[in-house]
Amino acid sequence: MNWIDIGSLTDIPAQGARVVRTALGCVAVFRTADDQVFALEDRCPHKGGPLSEGIVHGAQVTCPLHAWVFDLNTGQAQGADEGAVATFSARVVAGRVQLDATRLVRRSAA
Amino acid sequence: MTQKLVVIGAGMASGRVLEHLFEDAPGTFEVTLFNAEARGNYNRIMLSPVLSGEKTYEEIVTHDADWYARHGVTCHFGTHVTRIDRDRKVVVAGGAEVTYDRLVIATGSAPFIIPVPGRDLPGVVSYRDLDDTNAMIAAARPGAKAVVIGGGLLGLEAAAGLALRGMEVTVIHLMGHLMERQLDPAAGYLLQKALEARGIRIHCKGATKAILGQDRAEAVLLEDGTTYGADLVVMAVGIRPETRLATDAGLEVGRGITVDDTMVTSDPAILAVGECVEHDRQLFGLVAPLYDQARVVAATLQGKPAAFRPVQTATKLKVTGCDLFSAGDFAEGEGREDIVLRDPARGIYKRLVIQQDRLIGAVLYGDTADGPWFFGLIKDGTDIGPLRDTLIFGPSHQGGATADPMAAVAALPPEAEICGCNGVCKGRIVQAIEAGAQTLAAVRAVTKASSSCGTCTGLVEQVMALTLGPDFAAPVRQGMCGCTDQGHDDVRRLIRVKALKSIPAVMQELGWKTAGGCASCRPALNYYLLAEWPLDYRDDRQSRFVNERNHANIQKDGTYSVVPRMWGGVTTPDELRAIADAADRYNVPMVKVTGGQRIDLLGVRKEDLPAIWADLNAAGMVSGHAYSKGLRTVKTCVGSEFCRFGTQDSTGLGIRLEKLLWGSWTPHKVKLGVSGCPRNCAEATIKDIGIICVDSGYQISVAGAAGMEVKETEFLAATPSADEACDITAAFIQLYREQGQYLHRAFKWVAKVGLDKIRAQVVDDLENRAALVARFELSQSVYRQDPWAEHAPAAARRQWAALADLSQEAAE
Repeated sequence: MNWIDIGSLTDIPAQGARVVRTALGCVAVFRTADDQVFALEDRCPHKGGPLSEGIVHGAQVTCPLHAWVFDLNTGQAQGADEGAVATFSARVVAGRVQLDATRLVRRSAA
Repeated sequence: MTQKLVVIGAGMASGRVLEHLFEDAPGTFEVTLFNAEARGNYNRIMLSPVLSGEKTYEEIVTHDADWYARHGVTCHFGTHVTRIDRDRKVVVAGGAEVTYDRLVIATGSAPFIIPVPGRDLPGVVSYRDLDDTNAMIAAARPGAKAVVIGGGLLGLEAAAGLALRGMEVTVIHLMGHLMERQLDPAAGYLLQKALEARGIRIHCKGATKAILGQDRAEAVLLEDGTTYGADLVVMAVGIRPETRLATDAGLEVGRGITVDDTMVTSDPAILAVGECVEHDRQLFGLVAPLYDQARVVAATLQGKPAAFRPVQTATKLKVTGCDLFSAGDFAEGEGREDIVLRDPARGIYKRLVIQQDRLIGAVLYGDTADGPWFFGLIKDGTDIGPLRDTLIFGPSHQGGATADPMAAVAALPPEAEICGCNGVCKGRIVQAIEAGAQTLAAVRAVTKASSSCGTCTGLVEQVMALTLGPDFAAPVRQGMCGCTDQGHDDVRRLIRVKALKSIPAVMQELGWKTAGGCASCRPALNYYLLAEWPLDYRDDRQSRFVNERNHANIQKDGTYSVVPRMWGGVTTPDELRAIADAADRYNVPMVKVTGGQRIDLLGVRKEDLPAIWADLNAAGMVSGHAYSKGLRTVKTCVGSEFCRFGTQDSTGLGIRLEKLLWGSWTPHKVKLGVSGCPRNCAEATIKDIGIICVDSGYQISVAGAAGMEVKETEFLAATPSADEACDITAAFIQLYREQGQYLHRAFKWVAKVGLDKIRAQVVDDLENRAALVARFELSQSVYRQDPWAEHAPAAARRQWAALADLSQEAAE
């Protein structure tokens, strides 16, 4: 694990998300109504919609472009739609949000 | 041989350690006890009853002077230990030194003081010990004002205690609902309602900015500008382990003093216990695990094997009259299922969280009698598969025959109450049915049963089925979405009659089947609430679809389009220059003229939105709401100002209407057209509302469409007066706002209700028209403003950009 501090929990609106830029593209960091955080690839497999802009309900998000629904725990599309987005470990420590950057940071050229 | 044991801190945990030691190994330890407070051990949990006046300090003392004397404890109360010298095994306090063989650190926790201006003023207290409690009691004059910052367990107990002492209490809570660590939003809402019913004002989502006052605290100022007068300010936002002594002594300290399973710190001679401890990266604040720790500390000191294993804990709120219980983990997650029981009339809410046939969490509100039983199931990891169907009804309903609901209704005596809201019993319903009421609507009309909250509708239908036999066909009810069986109209009606003013309130009172709704019902509820309660309800951005949340239209590549308002389609060279400059500055890939007579800047990046808005605002332009379920545009022709055929100033009327209507939210988008003559260049007859100017005045027609369906408007009214044309338009829109189903365009609503009925209300009945206009104006007093201006200031821009940028981070 390579925990990186990305901000305060209060920087993310409850039932909302903020984006973290990474070398692999944008990651959406969600905060649920009960203050859990989840990090998912910010790109719907259907037409590339930014999931960070979707409506968050329970531990799910609905893509803003064509209303695919994803489980924030697994990144799996729900219902009849088939597909998934990558998920990354995220946690809250003392009000700070941390993201496991192991798979996200640029590999050094060494 | 006796050992010298020094204990720093006389709290509940260390008190329990001493009890174990003197019981198991009397005479083994020669104890010296330090306490920074000028008193010995007392039951800190019972401070709330002391605050409220239900108990006295004497009643909560657990160990008195006699007890310490009997066990030979040397007490130093009111003495701060300033240093631990581990090399010489001494503690230093007030110039004196006491040597130890073993040392127990039990320094507990310190209240967290939020770093706002004014925190040091007299009249600001925390809520941690008896001195704080006494300070509050001293300040609590009936009628005086208290503000409690923090809506967690401690804050609410303080608030309830102060309210009992006659103070006017306001609770400021940062999060969206009270006690968010222990409760889900629905239970938090019920708690808030109960506290408000006893006169405590609750302000959630409130961030404290400053405590105001000259010589002492006088008021609390929030970030949103709200100010609450305060003779007393109680900070109860949280606690942190008191670790300073341990840190200075060079012990290993994380968030708390690190201990192993035997409660020994990084120094084998030193143990720690209580709230100052961190074990396996966990901190502890509730008393049950602290007592477990105390047992282990006592065993370790005696050289007996013992290990601390944290177990699940349950929370109960000690506010008289608020029955509340929570245990385990009740966050939503993959593979977790909810069983929810809501009885709104009785104020009962129960939620069980199940994972793989094991109960892992429980939240109970209103009826907590079964709490210990559920807690037992959680702790023991019992397989609840066989109990599942009746689990939520508690232990008294386990075993026995499966209940047939019809049999249960059949067995009810005639005097049994079916509808609690209207006091209608079964006999009255049967009577009505036998007198000819054959449908639910008829029964409702005759008896009023199920006409208020609607939760007894199923029961009424069962009574009908029993009475009518096979003749009864239960109506198929279409819920708003999968989250509820209630339809849109019922939800709106109930929001009104039950005065529901928040989304959690609606979900709780109307028995939503999901915890947080879905992307379909949340925007609808948000609209219904803001339309019903313009002054009380605050728009919930997170329940809005992306375009309305971000005040711009999202495009397929995730960029946005920006459309400034052009009143009546009229612009100026200065506005055009500002638009051109903005397009250059933000590298706008496409500038396009829209069908609504304005200019669209397409391809703007999200993080640039506030800046481009600020530039457009500076040139006098505001949002065109090209994204909203609300007033979009008023399209006009040039009318009598320039056109040789124009009969009236159609441009002027269009601008006037747009200035009247802009910013309003409606069930779906609303577009207007005003044409200066029947040649209709503004294409007014395919708008939601179209006005055609004629020599004698204005012809108003409504319910047109030019989307997936194309439909010509229907005539509503004619008037010689532009003022009356504006009033009729506003009244029509207000009625649509009040009656239209979310996402139904005006023409759908008109088709459902009938144009004649609408005309009677907005044209013929002058009194009703005036009332509709007044209600529209009231709502517009809140919403007739530019959302761009709210988000454009530099201070608000951060949230539009990325939270963090790791793209340049390199792996180690």
